[in-house]
Amino acid sequence: MSANPVRIFVPIDAAALSVGAEAVAQAIASEAAARGLAVEIVRNGSRGMLWLEPMVEVETAEGRIGYGPATAKDVPALFDAGFASGGAHALRLGKTEELDWMKRQQRLTFERVGVTDPLSIADYRAHGGFKGLEKALALTGGEIVDAVKASGLRGRGGAGFPTGIKWKTVHDAKAEQKYIVCNADEGDSGTFADRMLFEGDPYLVIEGMTIAAIAVGATRGYIYLRSEYPHAHRTLQRAILKAEAAGLIGASVLGSQHAFHLEVRLGAGAYICGEETSLLESLEGKRAIVRAKPPLPALQGLFGKPTVVNNVLSFAAVPWIMDHGAQAYADYGMGRSRGTLPIQLGGNVKRGGLIELAFGITLREIIEDMGGGTLSGRPIRAVQVGGPLGAYLTAEQLDVQMDYEALASMRAMLGHGGIVVFDDSVDMAKQARFAFEFCAKESCGKCTPCRIGATRGVETMDRIIAGAEIPKNIAVLRDLSKLMTDASLCAMGGLTPMPVLSALNHFPEDFDRPPLPLAAE
Amino acid sequence: MAAYPAWDQDSARMIVAGLAHLEGATLPMLHALQDEFGYVDPQAVPLIAEALNLSRAEVHGAISFYHDFKTAPQPARTIKLCRAEACQALGCESVVAELSAKHGIAVDDHHAGDAIVETVYCLGNCALGPSALVDGELIGRVDAARIAGLCQHGRAHS
Repeated sequence: MSANPVRIFVPIDAAALSVGAEAVAQAIASEAAARGLAVEIVRNGSRGMLWLEPMVEVETAEGRIGYGPATAKDVPALFDAGFASGGAHALRLGKTEELDWMKRQQRLTFERVGVTDPLSIADYRAHGGFKGLEKALALTGGEIVDAVKASGLRGRGGAGFPTGIKWKTVHDAKAEQKYIVCNADEGDSGTFADRMLFEGDPYLVIEGMTIAAIAVGATRGYIYLRSEYPHAHRTLQRAILKAEAAGLIGASVLGSQHAFHLEVRLGAGAYICGEETSLLESLEGKRAIVRAKPPLPALQGLFGKPTVVNNVLSFAAVPWIMDHGAQAYADYGMGRSRGTLPIQLGGNVKRGGLIELAFGITLREIIEDMGGGTLSGRPIRAVQVGGPLGAYLTAEQLDVQMDYEALASMRAMLGHGGIVVFDDSVDMAKQARFAFEFCAKESCGKCTPCRIGATRGVETMDRIIAGAEIPKNIAVLRDLSKLMTDASLCAMGGLTPMPVLSALNHFPEDFDRPPLPLAAE
Repeated sequence: MAAYPAWDQDSARMIVAGLAHLEGATLPMLHALQDEFGYVDPQAVPLIAEALNLSRAEVHGAISFYHDFKTAPQPARTIKLCRAEACQALGCESVVAELSAKHGIAVDDHHAGDAIVETVYCLGNCALGPSALVDGELIGRVDAARIAGLCQHGRAHS
């Protein structure tokens, strides 16, 4: 064999691991050793084609060739077929970059995920990393803020607030200490982009947060990560240590006069911590009870100091913007939704995964063209967009474009870009009940409409499911939903009626039930 | 399978002291104690309160607010089964029903033996559900038989 080992990529992304990537990596290592073949196994992130995981890639003269989904048992046959040089095999997918799923995308934030070794700073830099930070270091804080404003970037966490305006508020605030807080409490069902980014390209988020720190004059930052992501936690901790050791962050950012100390903090299994003020309370070591706004966290945030709180994907968009220019970013998208959106397709879908595209693709194109319809092969009945507080849409409504305003106009929301597909076996009354049950379990308890409203909602849904006094109970359901929407302190109680009412309005047949027979004595 | 040492107030005090310099150190302390002993003994409350100049009520309040923190020793193995919408769409509720009917495992029932299957909402594996997290490792496309087997495995090692 030649001196140069063959580079073989086996994802270390948690989703790939969940279907056996570790065993595949080990099988490749031992099979190669047994055959005396020199290989270098790179543990990359996932390309986002999760139905093909574990997807192994081999670097060849013509590019990277994918094979998948591969099991450990397939490995000897793959070697027999010469996969180490791109040989033909039933699992051979062709050049990864030329697969339909990849070609259709506009990957800005996820350009390196699945491509590089997530923890290699050299690999990160070789693929354009730190260029945005280097450009930011040559600017004033105000100039960075102006660029982020001009890019049109809106918070990717769900609320869609303009990021540049938030940063400007913190920039203009006078304080001896300011903070950067990354909201990585990705608790919405159907979302996994943050996790994939941390596991596949952690330095990107570190770079984005560092640019934010320079822009607003903050010297400390925290990533608040949910505890359900142990793999991401390990990767992030290692990435931060390596970034510090390399002088990228710490006392002097890339040799500049800017200091930025960054730490990961682990949540403890509370959905409400994704709400920014709850998250701040949790970081301060308290019960994560929502704060009333104002004061805005931008003025009185962590420990009462001016704080930028942004979602992972918001920070992650910034290095590209700084490197390529605000206008280049703004050129993607539609209406007031500029740039790209990492879309997460999950649930009962044949080809689920991560897709990054400019705003504007329709739900139908995503679910039918890219996703290939349901996994069960049955008809699509409902699609929930934007997490557990997002609306359920019908199969007839899927021509809506992925855009903050387009979804809002049909009483739905984009949220963090998660799409969950259900087939026709779904019971929408049960889904409505679940929305209340989830809210009752996860409410922080501070405000009555959320705390008590959700519990009353479960009870009301139980009566409807039992077929008891349907018109009367539906009236109660609507009244309760209006109260929760109008009077809850934060989005948890305020948006819970969205899945409930969309289920009721779009799928009324599931709420019109015959009375349950009395149990026989 | 991690076997935890019995609660030891002196080593707990050292763990707390080692983290007292952090801003807002309560959660890091609670996590560190739980990592060490498998749970947070109520004896930790005065230790943390003293180290951080908080009232005992504030510390107890934090422990009781978060789903993760356990105040008594736990079964040898915890299997966190996702029951959020994406996994519901892939049949996680039938998995729960089958666990109970065929394997005698009631989800979220702490008296089920040396292993417990616990509900969580979303593990970030929404395209490969139903999903479970077993001793920190994510498993995709799970069914009731696999989970029941993992419960047995937990017992064998306890």
